[in-house]
Amino acid sequence: MPAFPEAAHEAVHNQTLRGNLRHATHTIRAKRANAVAEVSDWAELREAGKQIKDHTLRHLDRYLVQLEESVTAAGGTVHWAADADEANRIVTSLVKATGESEVVKVKSMATQEIGLNEALEAEGVNAYETDLAELIVQLGKDRPSHILVPAIHRNRGEIREIFAREMSEWGRPAPEGLTDTPAELADAARLHLREKFLRAKVGVSGANFMVAETGTLVVVESEGNGRMCLTLPETLISVVGIEKIVPTWQDLEVFLQTLPRSSTAERMNPYTSMWTGTTDEDGPRAFHLVLIDNGRTDTLADEVGRQALRCIRCSACLNVCPVYERAGGHAYGSVYPGPIGAILSPQLRGTESEIDASLPYASSLCGACYEVCPVAIDIPEVLVHLRERVVQGGAVTREGAKVVLKPAKGHAAERAAMRAARWAFGRPGVLRTGQRLASRTRRFHPRTLPGPGRAWSETRSLPAVPAEPFRDWWQRTKGGQETRGGKDTSK
Amino acid sequence: MSSRELILARVRRALADVPQDDTPYDQAFARPYLREHGHRSVAATVDLLAGNLADYRALVHRCTAGELAGTIARLLAERGSAAVSVPVGLDPEWLAATEVTRVPDSAADTPAELDRVDSVVTACAVAIAETGTLVLDGSPDQGRRRITLVPDHHICVVRVPDQVVSSVPQGLERLDPARPLTWISGPSATSDIELDRVEGVHGPRTLEVVLVSGE
Repeated sequence: MPAFPEAAHEAVHNQTLRGNLRHATHTIRAKRANAVAEVSDWAELREAGKQIKDHTLRHLDRYLVQLEESVTAAGGTVHWAADADEANRIVTSLVKATGESEVVKVKSMATQEIGLNEALEAEGVNAYETDLAELIVQLGKDRPSHILVPAIHRNRGEIREIFAREMSEWGRPAPEGLTDTPAELADAARLHLREKFLRAKVGVSGANFMVAETGTLVVVESEGNGRMCLTLPETLISVVGIEKIVPTWQDLEVFLQTLPRSSTAERMNPYTSMWTGTTDEDGPRAFHLVLIDNGRTDTLADEVGRQALRCIRCSACLNVCPVYERAGGHAYGSVYPGPIGAILSPQLRGTESEIDASLPYASSLCGACYEVCPVAIDIPEVLVHLRERVVQGGAVTREGAKVVLKPAKGHAAERAAMRAARWAFGRPGVLRTGQRLASRTRRFHPRTLPGPGRAWSETRSLPAVPAEPFRDWWQRTKGGQETRGGKDTSK
Repeated sequence: MSSRELILARVRRALADVPQDDTPYDQAFARPYLREHGHRSVAATVDLLAGNLADYRALVHRCTAGELAGTIARLLAERGSAAVSVPVGLDPEWLAATEVTRVPDSAADTPAELDRVDSVVTACAVAIAETGTLVLDGSPDQGRRRITLVPDHHICVVRVPDQVVSSVPQGLERLDPARPLTWISGPSATSDIELDRVEGVHGPRTLEVVLVSGE
């Protein structure tokens, strides 16, 4: 996976991609603002959402145990997975125990994160994505590029082509003479997937929320494919990150108001399914909940970074981000793109790889992501925190153990400059001499920096050096009271 | 160590900074948000429900209890429905005026059999006006979750005003989390193609809501 700057460099030159993204993000942005303006207590809902999630995270051990008890009491089975491999092994063995060789899937970031489809395929199990956008991505042998609308980078013409070319490989072919109107494309998907829904014996899902008090799982969706996967199969396997807990049933009243308005800009999404264990003769007879860590406890150990675990995956931050709008989701090299991806991925995976070390820099720090976040994650704060970690290294938690990270490669010049600055700032004489020298030589300063500083100065104007250091000016004029006869410093 | 113990131990270690006597749940945060948005008369709340349902492309009808059987018969006839799925506890009076073949909701039916049914008629547990949402809880007059999913046409009867609440918080209060719950806000829809909303992907493509009042 190349670092963000290289990946983004290619994406920004793709005119189709930029057009598709611009259209989509601007559409949803305007709609979301209207949907939020409809509720006069948005600020209070946002604050409550933040506090509920923070409280849950601060007592996560207790709520996990409570959730396990309530799910088990309701007829479900709880499994624990420390990492992606373990989660995949658990799901694969549960599917194999049913004797089935195919599963239908509700769109789920958690199963994307652990690469479940590939793991199942390696064991001879076909996993069919049933969300329309996920279907487009799967048929197009592509990768998702958005949390909510994974095929946001595709326009209707591209989708028509993918359906016409690929559907027959997987099942019912696309109708003859398929046009590119969204209604016809959706209808083709309906016909293609219905035969899979009706015969499926195993469904795999994630969950938007899990209620510790009652053991209830909640899936929020639009198309009805979620309901198909959650109710028609005999066995349901839900793979959920341990941070998705809310303590009580009542807490849902906050998130069921903020999530739809933030994500699809609707008052409420068309379908929400809630199930508590199993119910006699209504829906799956067996229910398995796989709780995954996969880097979440390491994220929890970081007092600044843990707020990323409040995320309810609404994707509002993607839609307002000027960097995401131009670079697209693939450049982030992770299933979580955009601003939230830039802080979540390097925490879940660590900052050792080139892509993860570059993600905290994939931002202009404009703050729009923080403004729209329905659980008030201060994304810019975490980005700056992670930049510091990349540049300076330091103590972090990886797989539950404290380790000391070395500073990342490629930041040597920056670090040397900072060290020199620290040394100079501690020695007033040195600082004064340096500033005077800089002022007197300012006509000879280059416009771009030489050597490793070039990467920085290529995209920025260097700050102008004043003709006289501030401290000299202050001493000479007594703080501006005696300006007469002095040098004109405004030039 | 099992993964359960491993994860719980990691969580506890990660939270070493959290004081032992940290504020308990019921004092941890206030709920300063509203229980409902604005003050409306009962009639205005029902109107808001009707407006928001229609805004998301549900077809809304109003009638009195005496007109209900006729209304349902007409809606089934207009659709050309030949077979209708019927929850076991549905008031038989509701279907008294139609000749359409009744298919009783049964656990023995396969999804493929259900796919051959044209329509379904159900009651609901509660309706939420501010969001235009119907909630079904699997009670005998609503049937299994799948009967409101597989047929292409869903007629849902809401008794107004007693089944209508204003807001999501009020709706949740009325529901039993132990029941299998389905929240429905308009017919199936997708925004996955260029973020254009298209109604009707996998669930019923037509949702008709009958707001029935009085005796």
